[in-house]
Amino acid sequence: MRVTVIDYKAGNLTSVLKALRHLDAEVEITDGDLAPVESAERLVLPGVGHFAATQRLDATGLTPAIRAAIARGVPFLGICVGMQWLYAGSSEAPEQPGLTHFAEQCTRFSESHEKVPHVGWNSLDARAGSRLLAGVEPGEFVYFTHSYKAPVTADTAAVTHYIEPFASAVERGNVMGVQFHPEKSGATGLKILGNFLSWEE
Amino acid sequence: MITKRIIACLDVHGGRVVKGVQFVDLIDAGDPATQAARHAREGADEIVLLDITATHEGRQTLLDTVRRTARELFVPFCVGGGIRTADDAAQVFEAGADKVSVNSAALADPTLIDAIGRSFGAQAVVVAIDARRDPQAADPVRDAQAYVQGGRKPTGRHVVEWAREAEARGAGEILLTSMDSDGMRAGFDCELTAAVSEAVGIPVIASGGAGTVDHFTDVLGRGKADAALAASIFHFGVSSARVLKEELAKAGVSVRLPC
Repeated sequence: MRVTVIDYKAGNLTSVLKALRHLDAEVEITDGDLAPVESAERLVLPGVGHFAATQRLDATGLTPAIRAAIARGVPFLGICVGMQWLYAGSSEAPEQPGLTHFAEQCTRFSESHEKVPHVGWNSLDARAGSRLLAGVEPGEFVYFTHSYKAPVTADTAAVTHYIEPFASAVERGNVMGVQFHPEKSGATGLKILGNFLSWEE
Repeated sequence: MITKRIIACLDVHGGRVVKGVQFVDLIDAGDPATQAARHAREGADEIVLLDITATHEGRQTLLDTVRRTARELFVPFCVGGGIRTADDAAQVFEAGADKVSVNSAALADPTLIDAIGRSFGAQAVVVAIDARRDPQAADPVRDAQAYVQGGRKPTGRHVVEWAREAEARGAGEILLTSMDSDGMRAGFDCELTAAVSEAVGIPVIASGGAGTVDHFTDVLGRGKADAALAASIFHFGVSSARVLKEELAKAGVSVRLPC
């Protein structure tokens, strides 16, 4: 299967590409060229780093191209900041709008005695019926590294607890996002990426 | 629930894993890619590869090693040793590392932390600190100093204050090695680890001194470490990270199991 990875120059793509290729995906990368998005079979938006970097998606015209692809039914997976971008925005960069596919805002973890960023392996409570998380057993662990997170709503596919419950995965139809790094989450992460690669309308 | 991480550390010299006590009497301990894959399979939560020679001539060998090691590794992978510039870091990321650890170069020029963090994100920058207590000081823990050159040369920087500066400059984690404890197998320096962990809001990885499972329980508990580095324990009786984590779980430490 063919998958188009969107490079918006926020951090390192190597691990995501490696994991997708390990799963026998044929990977294509765009860092601003719209044609690969217009003909995409599947789209992955990775991201480590700052929410402000998503400004590049607007500057290059990728945002409307992604919106159109999603409307065509192309399966879309956002990872980490790539998931947060699916929401209206993030308090990390209040001036930078997200896609607003999900109406809520991402926010920083509340002040507490716990450390921020949330770094390490934490468990997932997956919603029954999630296609992205099919086969993930209760309490399986995935790797996180982030300071901002999305709220738990009706579209939440998995909840994780750290300081407060937050959406560790979101899923509505062909649009999916994960706050953790499936490419760094061992066998569980590869299973989730595999579910995305075999997702059919 | 967030779990405590057990990080397997591979010391690498000339493209091979080596073991030895305090970097002397090195014994060849295999191929880094094979060893890293084995640790990941046997339950390690993360892999750190440290280039202990870190010569300029050895850079290409290191990059090849990183590339081969990263290829089939699907847990977080940190590389340290000899990273002097943001460009050195970029090459290591390009080869497949998720994080780099910087030590003496960051002490010489702290803006290196800012530079790597700006390009690759804070989560990708681990600041490694080699610490020694100051037995002359009124408070040997609070006045512990950062050392360079394998713990031989003091820098005059207090460890706690340096860790705070590293955080302020955008470090994502601190890797704290007690040079007093390193190689002694008598336990981590829990007081020093706790002092650093309480002073910063980012995770602290404890290193140096592990000899028994109880030492890990101790540093992840009263030492307030978020993760612990395991190297020589795998050469002395504990066969794998999984076995270590099973023992930690029995002692009430939250770890990733099954793994």
